[in-house]
Amino acid sequence: MTTSDAKQGGLIGWIEHRLPIFSFLDHAVGSGYPTPRNLSYWWNFGALAGIVLVIMIVTGIMLAMQYTPHVDYAFASVERIMRDVNSGWLLRYIHMNGGSFFFIVVYIHLFRGLYYGSFKSPRELLWMLGVVILLLMMATAFMGYVLPWGQMSYWGATVITNLFSAIPWVGESIVTWLWGGFSVDNATLNRFYSLHYLLPFLIVGVVVLHIWALHRFGSNNPLGIDPRGPQDKIPFHPYYTVKDAFGLGVFLVIFAAAVFFFPNYMGHPDNYIEANPLATPEHIVPEWYFLPYYAMLRAITFDIAIPFTGVVVIEAKLGGVITMFASIFILFVLPWLDRSPVRSARFRPIYQLFFWLLVIDCIVLGFAGAKPPEGTWLIIGQLATFYYFLHFLVVLPLLSVVERPRPLPASISEAVVKGGGTPLAGVRAKPMEKA
Amino acid sequence: MAEQASSAHVAHGEGGTRRDFLYIASGAVVAMGAVITVWPIIDSMNPSQDVLALATIEVDLAPVEVGQAITVKWRGKPVFIRHRTAEEIAEARAVSLDELRDPQTDEARAIKPEYLVMVGVCTHLGCVPLGQRPGQPKGDYNGWFCPCHGSHYDTSGRIRKGPAPLNLPVPAYFYLEDLRIRVGEAGEPGAGGAEGASHG
Repeated sequence: MTTSDAKQGGLIGWIEHRLPIFSFLDHAVGSGYPTPRNLSYWWNFGALAGIVLVIMIVTGIMLAMQYTPHVDYAFASVERIMRDVNSGWLLRYIHMNGGSFFFIVVYIHLFRGLYYGSFKSPRELLWMLGVVILLLMMATAFMGYVLPWGQMSYWGATVITNLFSAIPWVGESIVTWLWGGFSVDNATLNRFYSLHYLLPFLIVGVVVLHIWALHRFGSNNPLGIDPRGPQDKIPFHPYYTVKDAFGLGVFLVIFAAAVFFFPNYMGHPDNYIEANPLATPEHIVPEWYFLPYYAMLRAITFDIAIPFTGVVVIEAKLGGVITMFASIFILFVLPWLDRSPVRSARFRPIYQLFFWLLVIDCIVLGFAGAKPPEGTWLIIGQLATFYYFLHFLVVLPLLSVVERPRPLPASISEAVVKGGGTPLAGVRAKPMEKA
Repeated sequence: MAEQASSAHVAHGEGGTRRDFLYIASGAVVAMGAVITVWPIIDSMNPSQDVLALATIEVDLAPVEVGQAITVKWRGKPVFIRHRTAEEIAEARAVSLDELRDPQTDEARAIKPEYLVMVGVCTHLGCVPLGQRPGQPKGDYNGWFCPCHGSHYDTSGRIRKGPAPLNLPVPAYFYLEDLRIRVGEAGEPGAGGAEGASHG
């Protein structure tokens, strides 16, 4: 539908006159939203994340109708969902794997932003809202994982809530407050259930802001240069609605394969043992998407003291907690750490190299987080943590100054149509032609 | 409105106007009201009365043989009680305080040296250390070993190696009778309460 359709009569025209929702949608995701013509499949993951969020909310609401948030019944109610509730197994496996796939999609979306400099001016707030969404997602995922009340649920909750006890002076009171008791117990399970239901709707709210900020300047693109005019753009609908739909199809094939053929691959078998407050599992690991942060948490095994005095400023435990939270909060200031005016890594040969080093570093951190923090893996985890912060605090500011970017193309249409050469004669005459 | 107020402010000089006073006074009342309203909401998440009512337990120590350890549940957490052997007590008392990360004498950690009572929750991130049952690893110091992040505790439950910052906490407890304790209360002052030994 185009904007002119909305001005027509009939029921749509009648509604449009009173509530201009059709033109609103048209400007948001329709033909009235001009989009850079060169977006690659890496730009699918934003829309994909939105769809996964909807899948999670729908399956979550259905599961909530069957689940009992009580320490005596929670584990059994989840088993009942798996065995007795019609299609309960399907809803739970979709929700369980949906969490993992949500993080896969969002991590790709995030690294896309890092590679193509999507966080740079004027999209800083857009980027920061994305980091807020990531934090909310992490809180939601963590609390959701507690609800089945398995061994990993219980001990994961214990370890993570205990992080707050590292806060000087008030730490213990905060942990008691979070628990609503003296350990992770019924009160904790109840409030986590309440918050696990609430937070996704907060995420929806921040997603609206995220999209609002996106529409202010439109999508970034693989070249990282601003569109110069209409010849650089195509309407979102049908070009990107169809591209997103195709990407969604591919995603759903992979997602369905996980749900139907290896639903527990990304889970942990210990979570099929009911929570036991008196026995810690041999080896506590969080879900895979938290492993890099977990590695950073455990990398700080030493107190930080004033040299030669032995006065401890930050104990190892607090140091680990600060390091872990800093690894995410540093993303908020990323637009001011990377000062290079060139957005896309395509034109930044050295940054490109360091980008891939960061990707490898995060994967290494993930492996280190899955291993007990001893011997070689502890040292690898410490080195990888050090490098993670080195990348943001030293490499990026330095590259902004020393790197010589490759020459940028004059416009998107020039680069797209001619592959980087001089513009074709007909480019400006046929702006809507498929590239 | 704001312009009027500011021009009035200029007219009345440094002292401010009656309208400024009303703004500040009503703002202060609203802020206090907000705090008073929000506090019950926050406080409702603190431990409730029924949770607090179950905050003490009594334990009979008589069946615990020398060298044996038992685990009892108190406030949802495991409490370790080990009937220590003479060697274990001697080992704990031989340690110099300089070697300890969280310096505390063994005498300060047990009312009766034979019975070590402490909360079996690792002070790092709250896992339950191993070492209570025969065959479980006891760590490098013959006490307890936390499998989560590798903290080693000695025969007095003091942190010796690994990421944990503090010793295993000694809960407030006292002897009701010769071999019967109540955990969760310090008892009468001077009656041998272990409150001073607790890390809370």
